[in-house]
Amino acid sequence: MNRATPPEYTLRRTAFGALELDLEGQVTVGVVAVRAFPIAAPDQAISLVGPEGNELLWIDRLEEQPEANRRLIEEALSSREFMPEIRRLIGVSSFATPCTWHVETDRGECDFILRGEEGIRRLPHGMLLITDSHGIAFLVRDPAALDRHSRRLLDRFL
Amino acid sequence: MAWVDLDLDACLCFSPGWLVLTNVRLLASTPDGDDWQAWSLSPELSLRQHDHAGVGALELFGANERLAVWRYTLSRNVSALRLVDLFATCRDRGELHSAATDNVCPDCKAPLEADAEECPYCSRELQTPPSTWTLLRLWRFAHPYRLQLLAGFVLTLLSMAATLVPPYLTMPLMDNILIPFQNGKPIDVSLATRYLSGLLGAAVVAWGLGWAKTYILALVSERIGADLRTTTYEHLLKLSLEYFGGKRTGDLMARIGSESDRICVFLSLHLLDFATDVLMICMTSAILFSINPWLALVTLLPLPFIAWMIHIVRDRLRTGFEKIDRVWSEVTNVLADTIPGIRVVKAFAQERREAERFREANRHNLAVNDRLNKTWSLFSPTVSLLTETGLLVVWAFGIWLVSRSEITVGVLTAFLAYIGRFYTRLDSMSRIVSVTQKAAAGAKRIFDILDHVSSVPEVAHPVRLNDVRGGIELREVGFRYGNRAVARGVNLAIRPGEMVGLVGHSGSGKSTLVNLICRFYDVSEGAILLDGVDIRQLAIADFRRNIGLVLQEPFLFFGTVADNIAYGKPGASREEIVAAARAAHAHEFILRLPQGYDSLVGERGQGLSGGERQRISIARALLIDPKILILDEATSSVDTETEKEIQKALDNLVRGRTTIAIAHRLSTLRQADRLVVLDRGQVVEVGPHDELMALQGAYYRLYQAQLRHQDVLADEGEAS
Ligand SMILES: Nc1ncnc2c1ncn2[C@@H]1O[C@H](COP(=O)(O)OP(=O)(O)OP(=O)(O)O)[C@@H](O)[C@H]1O
Ligand SMILES: [Mg+2]
Repeated sequence: MNRATPPEYTLRRTAFGALELDLEGQVTVGVVAVRAFPIAAPDQAISLVGPEGNELLWIDRLEEQPEANRRLIEEALSSREFMPEIRRLIGVSSFATPCTWHVETDRGECDFILRGEEGIRRLPHGMLLITDSHGIAFLVRDPAALDRHSRRLLDRFL
Repeated sequence: MAWVDLDLDACLCFSPGWLVLTNVRLLASTPDGDDWQAWSLSPELSLRQHDHAGVGALELFGANERLAVWRYTLSRNVSALRLVDLFATCRDRGELHSAATDNVCPDCKAPLEADAEECPYCSRELQTPPSTWTLLRLWRFAHPYRLQLLAGFVLTLLSMAATLVPPYLTMPLMDNILIPFQNGKPIDVSLATRYLSGLLGAAVVAWGLGWAKTYILALVSERIGADLRTTTYEHLLKLSLEYFGGKRTGDLMARIGSESDRICVFLSLHLLDFATDVLMICMTSAILFSINPWLALVTLLPLPFIAWMIHIVRDRLRTGFEKIDRVWSEVTNVLADTIPGIRVVKAFAQERREAERFREANRHNLAVNDRLNKTWSLFSPTVSLLTETGLLVVWAFGIWLVSRSEITVGVLTAFLAYIGRFYTRLDSMSRIVSVTQKAAAGAKRIFDILDHVSSVPEVAHPVRLNDVRGGIELREVGFRYGNRAVARGVNLAIRPGEMVGLVGHSGSGKSTLVNLICRFYDVSEGAILLDGVDIRQLAIADFRRNIGLVLQEPFLFFGTVADNIAYGKPGASREEIVAAARAAHAHEFILRLPQGYDSLVGERGQGLSGGERQRISIARALLIDPKILILDEATSSVDTETEKEIQKALDNLVRGRTTIAIAHRLSTLRQADRLVVLDRGQVVEVGPHDELMALQGAYYRLYQAQLRHQDVLADEGEAS
């Protein structure tokens, strides 16, 4: 892995839906794209990891990649990454945990169960990460930008 | 028929969908409409499941391509896994029946009673929120002291009644003595003495009653607080490791410490005060009305305003106090984080940054407090203002009435004397709004603990195992920490008395399996059986009594070395303790300590080296003479020489016990009957050393790698 000059590589999707990496002649099937900092720097620091969990290629910046590769990587990332962003809180079943939240996210409306107050994590820059009982993480990017009703509900848990 | 109700579409947006398996076809609803896609089951089809970060995927493969992929959140995982199983059986045999012969739960594969239909582990749901009437639930803790509380209440009432006498006496004092005197009559000395001694008597009685009341209530209050704390702590200790994993130490400490204190003060003092305040106000108003209804009516004028204000601020205060509690926990959290990690803090010279973190938490605390105080500080003065205005109105109205000779001056003075008391009561009643909300907030947080059902619950009717042989069976065990699957499809049968070595890379799930076998966590799928009984059917303490565990991170409690060794068997004799220490090769170094077995250790085992701590924890496990011995890297931080010695001792001890040993130095495991090689949560190879070496598989590679680095390893051993 040479970080100064990125090595030549090509990506391809096989008929089985797996990602295939050809890194200077060495071909690996079943490559997974992983964001190293999914919250702090989603578009930088991406790693292509082999099926055994070994790192094959480190990508500093996604936008510097060739068009075809970038599209494939983005596709691979989007089918793997799941962190709905909460846009609006529609309702919560109770202010005491565990309780069910009904929210509108960038991926549609859904319900989830918050087990305890420790499921809400404060991130730098005021972001909030809410983890539900099944381990799905919901992101609130800017709590101050939510509408009044949502802010009032959210405030009861902070 | 089997199905999964999918909740995500292909681009991971929430949208409903169905995947249905019949005995000839697999059907999927298309994302856009009511159309269905179908695939006939044929041998070349295969269905695979995997998941990551809370999203599961089912992929359907044909002979040379991927046909489809469906996604869902993990809440659907159980039915998805079931569908995958059924798909395979269906495709191979053409019928929709589970292959299992025993009666096992189709979802989590736990063995069931022969005739049971519902799996007790699957139907277990923990998601009921606690009721909001938390304060009423505190009665449970006050109940044992109801007699004392009643006595306190009666005393309060009596002392209150006594304080009501003096203002009443001012009326005749005015009208029968002072006013006649002003009008030229001499003072009736005997009458005056009678009134004055009445005043004195009332004061003395009120003093005595007040003293008795305060004393009784203080006693009760302390006792309720102690009960609340110990009950909460006892409950906390019974909760699973999962609970502790998610909580911060400082937060739990704040809840059990300061918040329980606040609640008991509320219960025994403020609540009674409130009750007497209410009664007092009723009684005073009754007296006032009996003297002069019109004047009384005017006096009560501010009441509705105050009630309205209380109503307005109550909600805001409660949420505010909840917030303050949470922020306060944050402050303790910083302390609970930093103090145990003080060595790291100092090693990296980060004192200033930690101080900044503490300051930041305090700043947050201040900000939240300031915001609440804004509301709160306005409240009391406003009540005072209202009552002052009330007083003014009474004066004005009273003077008017006196001028029209409807009442005497005495009546007016009595009224004013009463009103003073009345309004102070109102004031203190308004104060109760704040303490009530504080206590309610604290109660909520305490009941959060008390209501939490352990995720490794005790069964209602545990099976008794009288004679444990020590056979352990893992059946299709799957486990996840939150959304991270760390064990999947683990099958392993350990015979009574067998020694099994668990090997594998770091993070392959060895300690996790141990956690599951000890029932620190319950499996997410499958079951673990001890002598053929599901360990979830056993009483937890009974079960653990059979296990001697040496953990990867040894922990010593504050106390003497002897206490620490005897931790699992507090009544152990001195001979037993020494024997266990000898067996663990701890005896000699203990003798070198200044006070031998009576030396104090603890608070994270300060004062002992890593290897010494490990040996003490081995001795601790050996002392209870368990049927099952679990050694998780038990000798990882002792030098190779000592390790050999401990090994020798252990060799004798493992005989007749089921032993599960984990070690990175494979040479440690040469006594093992079988080795189990784990890789990413799955068992990849099982067998004795020679057999696995002949296989030239994963174990062979691990072993070769270590041989090559033996010199390095030896060096490391010396160094530790
Ligand atoms: N409390 C936890 N929460 C989430 N994940 C965990 C937790 N404990 C362990 N894990 C993860 O589970 C996997 C298995 O961990 P485990 O402790 O069983 O490994 P191990 O085989 O004992 O490794 P080592 O040899 O280093 O002790 C690891 O990937 C680890 O990160
Ligand atoms: Mg471990």
